[in-house]
Amino acid sequence: MATKGKVTGIVSNLVTVQADGPVGENELCYINLGGVQLLAEVIKVTGDKASVQVFESTRGLKNGDEVTFLDRMLEASLGPGLLAGVYDGLQNDLTTMEDVFLKRGEYTDPLDHEKTWSFKPLAAAGDKVRAADWLGEVQEGWLPHKIMVPFSFAGNYTVKSIAAPGEYNIDKVIATLLDEDGAEHDVTMVQKWPVKLAVKAYAEKPRPSKIMETGVRIIDSFNPIAEGGTGFIPGPFGCGKTVLQHAIAKQGEADIVVMAACGERANEVVEIFTEYPELVDPHTGRKLMERTVIICNTSNMPVAAREASVYTAMTICEYYRAMGYRCLLLADSTSRWAQALREMSNRMEELPGQDAFPVDLSSIISNFYSRAGQVVLHNGHTGAVTFIGTVSPAGGNLKEPVTESTKKAARCFYALEQARADQKRYPAVNPVESYSKYLEYPEIQEALENTVERGWIANVLKAKNYVRRGKEMADQINILGDDGVPMSYHEAYWKSELIDFAFLQQDAFDPIDSVCPMERQKYMLDLILGICDKTYNFEDYEQCRAWFKELINILRQMNYSEFGSADFEKYSNSLTQKLSENGD
Amino acid sequence: MATKAYQRTYTKLQAITKATVSLDARGVSNEELASVNGKLAQVVKTNGDRVTLQVFSGTEGVPTNAEVSFFGAPPTLKVSDQLSGRFFNAYGHPIDGGPEVEGELREAGGPSVNPYKRRQPSELIPTGIAGIDLNNTLVSGQKIPFFADPDQPYNQVMADVALRADVDKIILGGMGLSNDDYLFFRHAFENAGALNRIVSFVNTTEEPPVERLLIPDMALTAAEYFAVDKNEKVLVLLTDMTLYADALSIVSNRMDQIPSKDSMPGSLYSDLAKIYEKAVQLPAGGSITIIAVTTLNDGDITHAIPDNTGYITEGQIFLRADSDSGKVIVDPFRSLSRLKQLVQGKKTREDHSQVMNAGVRLYADAQNAKTKLQNGFDLSDYDLRCLDYAKDYATELLSIDVNISVTEMLDTAWKLFAKYFSPAETGIKQNLVDKYWPR
Repeated sequence: MATKGKVTGIVSNLVTVQADGPVGENELCYINLGGVQLLAEVIKVTGDKASVQVFESTRGLKNGDEVTFLDRMLEASLGPGLLAGVYDGLQNDLTTMEDVFLKRGEYTDPLDHEKTWSFKPLAAAGDKVRAADWLGEVQEGWLPHKIMVPFSFAGNYTVKSIAAPGEYNIDKVIATLLDEDGAEHDVTMVQKWPVKLAVKAYAEKPRPSKIMETGVRIIDSFNPIAEGGTGFIPGPFGCGKTVLQHAIAKQGEADIVVMAACGERANEVVEIFTEYPELVDPHTGRKLMERTVIICNTSNMPVAAREASVYTAMTICEYYRAMGYRCLLLADSTSRWAQALREMSNRMEELPGQDAFPVDLSSIISNFYSRAGQVVLHNGHTGAVTFIGTVSPAGGNLKEPVTESTKKAARCFYALEQARADQKRYPAVNPVESYSKYLEYPEIQEALENTVERGWIANVLKAKNYVRRGKEMADQINILGDDGVPMSYHEAYWKSELIDFAFLQQDAFDPIDSVCPMERQKYMLDLILGICDKTYNFEDYEQCRAWFKELINILRQMNYSEFGSADFEKYSNSLTQKLSENGD
Repeated sequence: MATKAYQRTYTKLQAITKATVSLDARGVSNEELASVNGKLAQVVKTNGDRVTLQVFSGTEGVPTNAEVSFFGAPPTLKVSDQLSGRFFNAYGHPIDGGPEVEGELREAGGPSVNPYKRRQPSELIPTGIAGIDLNNTLVSGQKIPFFADPDQPYNQVMADVALRADVDKIILGGMGLSNDDYLFFRHAFENAGALNRIVSFVNTTEEPPVERLLIPDMALTAAEYFAVDKNEKVLVLLTDMTLYADALSIVSNRMDQIPSKDSMPGSLYSDLAKIYEKAVQLPAGGSITIIAVTTLNDGDITHAIPDNTGYITEGQIFLRADSDSGKVIVDPFRSLSRLKQLVQGKKTREDHSQVMNAGVRLYADAQNAKTKLQNGFDLSDYDLRCLDYAKDYATELLSIDVNISVTEMLDTAWKLFAKYFSPAETGIKQNLVDKYWPR
């Protein structure tokens, strides 16, 4: 007998319900508003009163309206057909809704129950299996999609029977398993998992050991992110956060990319599903949309579903990770999620923490980031979830609770800087403040030395040092004046400008410059360091400036040309020519 | 709001603050409208039988035995073609002496467009102002505010933009507009002979601040009628959103909510997003473009209102007085149109984005030179050329009194580059230099 209740209080989307039976924390319920069912989640229970957050507008709701509790938490439906999907935060399929406007209480199934898939068993009767073990496989577009023992199955099972190869829809029982007590459990191609719980059905979670290429030089060379790693991009508005994140989504070396548009602009999501079906994945040549899942709860959609959107996105990544794939999760922006928590905490009249955020903000964030990672599955395959979140600090001030909490949880920090953006130095990632902890991992260092070149780490550190030194020199020149400092100061400053303009800056809208493979990054950095490692003779700082500006111009033309093409060689030759005019 | 036959009436208030009243009442639905001694109010909270109402015109003179009646419905607006050319107050009542509008009753502040049903904005909105068209190109379906100090002529610029833009309807939502500015808009629209394609909802400074909260919803309900039902291109002007946010903070304060940054309610981001996200390019061809004004306190964009706005809108147009040219200019560093790449080089000439970037980069070099000059250092030859360039660039391109086509703007920029710099110093792609560098 399901617990029922009645509405007794309403403040915006926080509703108090008088319940007539047991109610669980995070349990879902439906509130009946004149025949329309509004989904809500229990966030607090006091006596027989439950406070619930409603995932829809509560306009028109009345005290006394009927509530039915569902005896389950918010779950994601996991099965073939998720790829290329566009879902809202509660995983409703937005593509199957007919109306131009979102209707309250309209819930659509995330998966197509009619469509059939070509099933191939991977396990046999008598096999011993446990949660997340692969039972069979269907072809989901380009991707062999594993049908697994549901994550919720605890303990050990024996396969009693498994379906023969054939065309089935997702509701077909493809296997029957026996638990340790001999009870039978049917398995279909769909399983449900409560999104707020991490999927832990794997053998181990080793440290990341390989970088994930993004084609963005300031990331891959200067501050690489690892496969299964975590990173975050804080920055004031207008600093290119979204452009950078989209570049990573387009070019990131991953099998599956899940984009959670959390409380952000709807037109940014439109850009993804308008352009991705046409754009090509630089690593595989397939259309980008074929590897992408979009979860969008844009800023005008119900605030309570923002939190759900990031958890739903993470759960989908964990699902594909259990099949042995490399997933990349991008969440834009985690600050909006934190603000949703703040709005609710405020309405519940909880004692506020810093900037009125709830006091457990930090633990919620670190808990979420910890769900990323590289895992070894029970069958020896590996999978990874790489997570990059953006943070939108109020007033661009990084000393605020969301940024500070995230800094403790994420291993890479890509600080977008207003001053760089003002000068149109994109991506506006501050080269000195940003960091990647992965550069210090011996596993990663070794992998880079093996795949890029021997001495690569030393070169990167050297380049970083040129940039840092150049910045110090710039400060001196600003204080003392062009004439007040020795020539070597100007030279050091211009070397850092050379690295900045020719390597760190990158045109995200240029078809060639926007994607820079590691091999090309290595070539360019070696070339640029070769220039920086020499000392030069200049008569005055004017000559120094002019000379370096010409070098910068040539190197930028190289960046705009196809690697190794005739144009590229032409600029490369004029660079050699230019360099021979000055040098030690 | 017309009164209805089946009203429930109450006559005992339990609490009164400056913006809200509370009473015991039953069967009240969330966000429904009510009248408190004839003043319009809206349900914002219920707790058991205790109902809290936000009184839009303020509670001055409301006694504890005030007569409260509930209407059973949230705010609505009657929509039809009769809206065209009319001026209304925040409640949708005519203030131009004309008759009430007849039409279909629509709920204000209704649901959002399914993001999957949106189309990517792709139509250029030319304004003739190079600081906008060249550096921060506007696109239909975009939402973008002017960030300006109160002393800048933002309402004039907005009126210019609106009247030059090629749209079917212009909807003005005036919040806390001074009577002078209200008359300015009225005259500007009348003089342009554009009155029949304009609808205005106006709350002036003479009227109570909380009433302003209704203005954006009213204006956007009318906009949705024209864009969705009539497939028209609609431009919505909202001025001044800072005063709107101030009204939000008054109400949340009276409801004892814990304020977040700058005494603004914690929900400010969502509240503003609900308005701005109504900007849309619809599949059937209609569109809503929103141009708003957010006034700043001494150029401070870190204040919660401009800060939250900047995260929601697709860029911002930043106005400032420029001492080099003696004009008000569109600041090229702080201004941004996030959708510009959807039209630049696609609906405009191929060299657009490179010319724009080079122009701004050189202007930034001029600012550095200016800093050096102010610190008393000698300037290099390059610095001096940058300074001269900056003056011309501000006068001929950034100033808000410019009114030329995009192609003329690009030609002007090339002319200035050639006058002061070598091609290498501009850093523009060689193939474009070969084609467009003036000889």
